[in-house]
Amino acid sequence: MSGLQANMELLRKLLVGFVRDEVRKVGLNRIVLGLSGGIDSALVAFIAAEALGPENVHAICMPYKTSNPESEAHARLVATASGINFSVVPITTMVDAYFEIFPDATNMRRGNKMARERMTILFDHSALLGALVLGTSNKTELLLGYGTLYGDMASALNPIGDIYKSHVWQLSAEMGVPHEVIEKQPSADLWAGQTDEEELGFTYRQVDELLYRMVDQRWTRQELVTGGFEAEFVDAISAKIQNSHFKRRLPVIAKVSNRTIDRDFRYARDWGK
Amino acid sequence: MDFTAVLAQIKPKLGCVADNLKTVEEQIIKARESGAELIVFPELALSGYFLKDLVPDAALRSDSPEIRRLIELSRGISIAIGFVEETDDYHFFNSALYLEDGAIRHLHRKVYLPTYGLFDEQRYLARGTTFRAFDTKFGRFGMLICEDMWHLSASYILAMDGATTLICLSSSPARGIEGDSLGSAAAWQKLTSTTALFLNCRVLYSNRVGFEDGVNFWGGSEYVAPSGESIVRGALLEVDFITAQVDEGALRRERIFSPMIRDENLFVTMQDLQRIAQERGR
Repeated sequence: MSGLQANMELLRKLLVGFVRDEVRKVGLNRIVLGLSGGIDSALVAFIAAEALGPENVHAICMPYKTSNPESEAHARLVATASGINFSVVPITTMVDAYFEIFPDATNMRRGNKMARERMTILFDHSALLGALVLGTSNKTELLLGYGTLYGDMASALNPIGDIYKSHVWQLSAEMGVPHEVIEKQPSADLWAGQTDEEELGFTYRQVDELLYRMVDQRWTRQELVTGGFEAEFVDAISAKIQNSHFKRRLPVIAKVSNRTIDRDFRYARDWGK
Repeated sequence: MDFTAVLAQIKPKLGCVADNLKTVEEQIIKARESGAELIVFPELALSGYFLKDLVPDAALRSDSPEIRRLIELSRGISIAIGFVEETDDYHFFNSALYLEDGAIRHLHRKVYLPTYGLFDEQRYLARGTTFRAFDTKFGRFGMLICEDMWHLSASYILAMDGATTLICLSSSPARGIEGDSLGSAAAWQKLTSTTALFLNCRVLYSNRVGFEDGVNFWGGSEYVAPSGESIVRGALLEVDFITAQVDEGALRRERIFSPMIRDENLFVTMQDLQRIAQERGR
């Protein structure tokens, strides 16, 4: 019954069409994205290459000195397999210069800084290349808030933000993402040996099954528990969704006029496109 | 009579009436040159769908130069088209016009404005209040705009009013990737087929394509015969120009084989609906 088994042919067509249409309608034909060596950005690179032609896709790998060397190797592998443009811009000097001022910073602060450093590089290349920045956050991460606001969550267009990690695996296999990238443990790669699933405390498969029923199917707490999910797990995930909701919204604006942006001044982003 | 209809599966630009009018005119000329006698456009073909606060900016009066231009073009081919209508008292409707021989034959204002899920129409638009069949060169027609068709009563009223052809103008968003085919497309195909079958009517369904803010409109415009069989269907997710050869004989034969509409008892229906309305206290 799992709704996580999606129609890959259809999904591929929708996501490729999305990138092609939404990029071209703003008068551009190029995109730029960060390639981490992980599966999410690899899939987005393949989608973009199919949508606009690999020559119009620019991938940038932005390692820090503690990044696993295998990540850059995998990023290269993805760039070669998809035929896209590839460059490496290390972030070590910028990040280290900043933390010389704050040597006691925690891992979380360091990780966020790295994510935001990468964002500034991608948006700088957006201006340099006349290219839109593609986002690479999937629905699982976005719902759990497992990402850095204005860091890896920042983009102009996100083709995979409405598909779960389980879908990312399936579609990656369908589109020919190298198997080394599909099969490895997902990791934010902030320190050696870090894995997402260890840090989160559950597997993506487990949480996707829950999220699909909770969010997409709107099962109640009682229905979820009766359906076999542990009550503590259900409550913990509900809390994660609620507590990270600020990351999925624009900054809150104090209303004083009759037409406040996004509240009673409402236009689609594709206004006039 | 037999006639040739074109379903213009276009990709309107959001809020760009002049650009869309140009596309529409090109499609009309192309259809006319191909020998078609009727062209059916999607819902809000002149404006795009997720207008929000653009509604007043993209609206046209029925006597505007843009609509007058389309009325002129209808001397060569009959035209069904969706647009935002502005009235004398400054209400804005999601409307469809049927233009024929240089005149407006019918104006339908969408009655059921969805405001659930991704929809928010009733925030921005006024509600239509009636379903009415009308006479055309090709027989008696009824028009529905997208969500209207999901209300059985709407198609039923048109069929009772004598319509044998239902035109549905649509801007249906793609969603549902779990099944063999697109969820919203599969649901619509069941609906158009079942409606045709129940009411012994043919259905001309015209749905747009393209993306607006990440939402895809799936196309798949089709001509469904009164037997419920889909005779011709447009491409999924792509611009298309679908030609349907509409066969009068098929309608006649279906109404002989399955005369449900002949046997439909309007008196029983009315009596019970009135009883129900009374019991509900209004």
